[in-house]
Amino acid sequence: MGTTNAAAGLQTQAQPQKRRGWRRILRNWELYAFIAPAFFYFLIFAYGPMYGIQIAFKNYVPTLGFAGSPWVGFDHFTRFFNSYYFWDLIWNTLSISLYELAVGFPIPIILALAFNEVKNGWFKKTVQTVTYAPHFISVVVMAGMIITFLSPSTGIITHMLEWIGLDPPDFLTDPRWFKTMYVLSGVWQGAGWGTIIYLAALSGVDPGLHEAAIIDGASRFQRLRHINIPTLVPTMTILLILNIGSLLSVGFEKILLLQNPLNMEASNIIATFVYKAGLVDAQYSFSTAVGLFNSVINCILLVAINQIVRRTSENSLW
Amino acid sequence: MTSQAIKESRGDRVFLVANYLYLLIALVIVAYPVLYMLSASISSPQAVGSGEMWLFPKGITFEGYERVFQDNRIWSGYANTILYTVTGTLVSLAVTLPAAYALARRDFVGRNFFMAMFMVTMFFGGGLVPSYLLVKDLGMIDTIWAIILPGAASIYNIIVTRTFFMSTIPRELEEAAQIDGASTTRLFLTVVLPLSMPIVAVMALFYGVGQWNSYFSALIYLNDETKYPLQIILRQILVLQEMSAQTGGGMIDASTASALNNKAEIAALVKYAVIIVATLPIIVIYPFLQRYFVQGVMIGSVKG
Repeated sequence: MGTTNAAAGLQTQAQPQKRRGWRRILRNWELYAFIAPAFFYFLIFAYGPMYGIQIAFKNYVPTLGFAGSPWVGFDHFTRFFNSYYFWDLIWNTLSISLYELAVGFPIPIILALAFNEVKNGWFKKTVQTVTYAPHFISVVVMAGMIITFLSPSTGIITHMLEWIGLDPPDFLTDPRWFKTMYVLSGVWQGAGWGTIIYLAALSGVDPGLHEAAIIDGASRFQRLRHINIPTLVPTMTILLILNIGSLLSVGFEKILLLQNPLNMEASNIIATFVYKAGLVDAQYSFSTAVGLFNSVINCILLVAINQIVRRTSENSLW
Repeated sequence: MTSQAIKESRGDRVFLVANYLYLLIALVIVAYPVLYMLSASISSPQAVGSGEMWLFPKGITFEGYERVFQDNRIWSGYANTILYTVTGTLVSLAVTLPAAYALARRDFVGRNFFMAMFMVTMFFGGGLVPSYLLVKDLGMIDTIWAIILPGAASIYNIIVTRTFFMSTIPRELEEAAQIDGASTTRLFLTVVLPLSMPIVAVMALFYGVGQWNSYFSALIYLNDETKYPLQIILRQILVLQEMSAQTGGGMIDASTASALNNKAEIAALVKYAVIIVATLPIIVIYPFLQRYFVQGVMIGSVKG
């Protein structure tokens, strides 16, 4: 990802100095001290847990540790694949992700295009500041807001639906509403912030293009359609690839907070299942296996979608 | 936008009006819940609960805030959160900034190896349970380190910082410093960092807000209630209480029901107050720091 350019530059420059490689290492010894904290951080807290993945194929016994516990092969995986909740977990996880993608992906793009049509001034600034702000609300407060607003007896949204003559459902406990509640609250919180990356791309449009189009009599909508939207395609593609690569890892912290026994049917996803089986019920090996299954599918999805995109356009991750 | 001198056609004017209307609706949808919570936190619980109060405060009372500030959990949660946020941000900066600088140096032998090693963690990780067991084996359960260290650095932030260094610190500076015999550490501390204050601010904000808002690591790594950060206390007040109030609402006689209802209304009042108290610091400072946050995302997006 972009390092290739820099690496190429390094090579052409490094060629005549190859013999002095060791001297360069010694002269720059301080840089190794600079990178040491990050190196040890990733070694311990990222690669350490990866080493621990082996317990997915073992029966973890705390006193024996990661390495000493006895092997059991694919037992935990077979148990998971054959469990009655396997397809429910997959369906819930995938459907929440796809729902979120379908609704949450286009809205920041539309919003960014709309911002871009407005002159810089107090109105634009106000709307931007206000719509960015929910990004900084913590997930606990967000869940608290959802629960309070949708409360069947006192929630304001319940009251509003009553005012317009609708019979409000019990959003918090009705499984049919769980996914919508999750997705729409996510849009409320994230759509404004999501525009920034697109606005950055739009600010790179050559003003000459717009001037030429205006002289040719193009309307605002035509310019939006033929200049601004094509400008955003590379950014959209990259974000879409990343989103698809994380289809199986939905915002589990929020779901965990909104989950209750009554909406479990729709809210039980792989990640919350891993948390409950692993840390609440202490089935360490089994839930590690479930988590590993999740990561592997994510990796496969990311690589696959990147391959597809690379074949059809030049905007791929690598 | 460009060329306002040319008169807008009729279609363009319709388009513009629709555009403004769209943004106005977005503004109202985002701003309303926040304004509503502000008003609800100082209105009488009956007016809020019945839906009588829907925008401006009614029957002003500060009971919600009084109850919040009487709650010792809130104070200790605040103190813990400030401790975790300040320490955590300092540790994160100490890991991120030097590493990003080293990775930005073109004459750093092995930087591709380190980049690759760090980038792998973007796409693959050990998962929840192995991470938990590791922290447990390291003896960090119920210590501040369990909150701070496992999430101390993010590869995304390191890349953003590195991009900043590579695009703003001229290479001649490094060469000149080497000719003068200045050490890399001195160059970094006295020249590079002072030139890079914008990115230092962005990183401090990203890490700081992340730590302020996080609850999950405290949920799994802390059992000692005196160490709970604010977000865990909020979870108890906002999420757990609501659930218990709901599931307990089954078969009770009328008088207890109305008492319970009253209790539920006061509980709701406390909730609005506590949401405001917990979110206020960030919402108040955010408009002043907005451009730094935006800058951070922009630098990241240029990298692509």
